[in-house]
Amino acid sequence: MTKRSARRMTWVGAGVLAAGAFAGAVLSMGATRAHERVPVREPERVRGVEVARLTAAPAVPAPITRDYATKVVVNLEVVEKEMELAPGVRYNFWTFGGTVPGSFIRVRQGDQVEIHLTNDMHDQMPHNIDIHAVSGPGGGAKVSMTMPGQTSAFTWSAEHPGLYVYHCATAPVGVHMANGMYGLLLVEPKEGLPAVDHEFYVMQGEFYTKGKNGEPGLQAFDYQKALDERPEYVVFNGAVGSLTGEKALQSKVGESVRIFMGNGGPNLVSSFHVIGTVLDNVYPEGGSVEEHDVQTTLIPAGGAAIVEFRPQVPGDYVLVDHSIFRAFSKGALGMLHVTGTDNPLVYHGGATPAAGK
Amino acid sequence: MTRPGRVRRFGTAALLGVVAAMALGRDSEAQEALGALAARIAARKAMVRIPAGSYLPLYTAGGRTDLRVGVGAFALDARPVTRGEYAAFEALHPEWRRSRLAGSRAGAGYLAGWRGDLDFGGAADAARPVTEVPLAAAQAYCSAEGKRLPTTDEWEYVAAASPERRDASGDAAFKQRLLELYTRPRPAQPAPVGSIFRNAFGVWDLHGLVWEWTVQAAQNDHAARHAKAHGAGATKHDMGCAGSAAGASDTRSYAAFLRYAFREGLTPGSTTSSLGFRCAR
Ligand SMILES: [Cu+2]
Repeated sequence: MTKRSARRMTWVGAGVLAAGAFAGAVLSMGATRAHERVPVREPERVRGVEVARLTAAPAVPAPITRDYATKVVVNLEVVEKEMELAPGVRYNFWTFGGTVPGSFIRVRQGDQVEIHLTNDMHDQMPHNIDIHAVSGPGGGAKVSMTMPGQTSAFTWSAEHPGLYVYHCATAPVGVHMANGMYGLLLVEPKEGLPAVDHEFYVMQGEFYTKGKNGEPGLQAFDYQKALDERPEYVVFNGAVGSLTGEKALQSKVGESVRIFMGNGGPNLVSSFHVIGTVLDNVYPEGGSVEEHDVQTTLIPAGGAAIVEFRPQVPGDYVLVDHSIFRAFSKGALGMLHVTGTDNPLVYHGGATPAAGK
Repeated sequence: MTRPGRVRRFGTAALLGVVAAMALGRDSEAQEALGALAARIAARKAMVRIPAGSYLPLYTAGGRTDLRVGVGAFALDARPVTRGEYAAFEALHPEWRRSRLAGSRAGAGYLAGWRGDLDFGGAADAARPVTEVPLAAAQAYCSAEGKRLPTTDEWEYVAAASPERRDASGDAAFKQRLLELYTRPRPAQPAPVGSIFRNAFGVWDLHGLVWEWTVQAAQNDHAARHAKAHGAGATKHDMGCAGSAAGASDTRSYAAFLRYAFREGLTPGSTTSSLGFRCAR
C-alpha cells in the first residue's frame, strides 16, 4: 500500500471515530478513489509485497506458510483463444490466463490483494472481473473494465476466508461466462487449512454450442440454447476428457485428497459426487461450516465447495455431476486414479457362476 | 459475391498505395498527382443515401424501453475506410503521418501495425479496413472528404438492418448471426471491406469486420442515462455488471450488448486494432 493511501486510511479511521457513525464510514468510502477503497472494518496491517503464483487447473498453488498479512499482487491476463472443447470440436473461449477455468488464485485472510487485469491486445472484447470475495459494488467489476491492449488495477482486502468464484461481468455477462470466463480464488483462513497429501482444482461449466454434442469443427455460441438452459456440453475443467485417461488425477491408497470444486455455470447447479467414496469433509458453498460424511454436495452456479476424502482401495474414482445424463452424455466426468495395495476388509467382491446353472 | 465495380475500386486503392509511396520522396509532382487521384477516389467512393426513419436503441432516454429514436436522412459510406484510402489521406495531410505523431500522446498505438509512413503492407492489404486510428484522426479523415463521422444513432439505425430487412431487430436468426460474427476467432488480419454482408440499405460490413467509431448524440447516450440515475462519476463502467440488463430495450440482444460495452470502453485516444471507421454526410 502506498503512503498516501495509508494516510487516507488513517484519516478515514479518525473520521469514523469522530463521527461515531456507520453512515460516516460509508460516506467517507464514497469520497475515496476506487483503488484506495477502505473497508469499514479496520483491515489487518500488512507487511511486504509478494506476487501470487497462479496455476492452471487441476493444479493448485502451494499452501500459504506466512503467518502475517501481506500485499499480494495478482497478474491476470485475459485471452480470447480457440481451443478444443471435445475431440474434434473447437470453441473460441474467452479465458482468464489462457485456460478454462481461469488461473487459481490463493491468498491469505487479511491480505491486501492488488489485481492487475490485462486484456490481450489481440482480443476483440472489453473484459473485467467480479470476485465474489470482494466487498464493494460489482466485486471489482466496476473498476476493472479493460479494453483490448490495456491493464486495469484495483485493491481489496481479503476479509472473509473461503473458496470463491471470480468471473467476467462485462455485458452481456451470460455470454462472457458461457465462453469460459470464470475461475476460483481461495482466501485461506489465518490459521491455514489442515495439511493434505493432494490438492486439486476442478470447475464445472456448461457450453451452448450451435452444433449438437459431438458435431466437429469450430462451434459458435447458441444464445437460444443458453436462454433455454439446454447445454450441449457440461464439462469439468473446460473440455470433455480434461480429467480422464492420461489426464486423470492421481493419488495413492490412504492419502488425503482435497478438491477445490467450483461451478462457473452459467446456468446449471451441480450435484457433485465422487463415485466410490464418501466425502469425509465438505465446506459447502466454500464457507466456514464443515460437514462430514457427505455423499453428494450441491454446488450453485457461481459457487464452490471444498471437499476432502481419503480413498481406501485402489482403482478409479469417478467425479460426476450426479444429474447423471450430464456426466454420461455431456462430459461432466473426471477420474481420480488411485494406486496401492488392495484392502479386502474395506471392499471386495465379484460375480461367481450361480449355483445349479 | 465479387462484383466488377469492387474489383476496379480495389485496384485503384492498391495503385494509390504505390503512388503514396512515391510521394514519400517529397516529389511535388507525385504529391500533386496523388492529390488529384485521391480527390477523384473520394468523389467516387460509394455512399448510400439513408432515408429518415427510427430505431429502438438498446438504451433510451429516461429508461423507457419502448421509445424509438428518430434519425434524419443522411448519407453513409457503403464500406469502411480502407488502408489504401487512409494512406492517400496521409500523403495529402503529412501532419497525420505516424512519424509526425510519434512520441506524442496522440501517437500511442497509431497505425502500430503499419511498416512505416504510408506503408500499410502489401497490395492485398490496401482493401482491408484501416484500424489503430484514434477519434481525432478518423474525424480529420472524414472532414478532408467533406464528411463527418456518423452519430451512434445513425450508425445503429442502419446497423439494425439484415440483408433482407431494414429493421431486423426482432429477427432471432439475425441476432444469432450477429453474435456469431462478433464472437468468432479473430483472424490475423481483417478481411477486405465488402466481404461480410450487404444490408437492406445497401451498406456493407457494419457487423463482423471491425468495430467502428461513432460520435454520441448526448440524449440517447447510455452513459448520460446512468449519470442521471446514479449521479455523476458513475458513467464509465456501467456495462460492467449484470445490472446492465436493467432498462435495456431488448435483454436478448446480446450482440448489441457486446457492441455497446465495447463502445462504452472507448476513449478518444483508443487505437484498438479491431476499431475502424466510415464517414457520413
Ligand atoms: Cu469478459
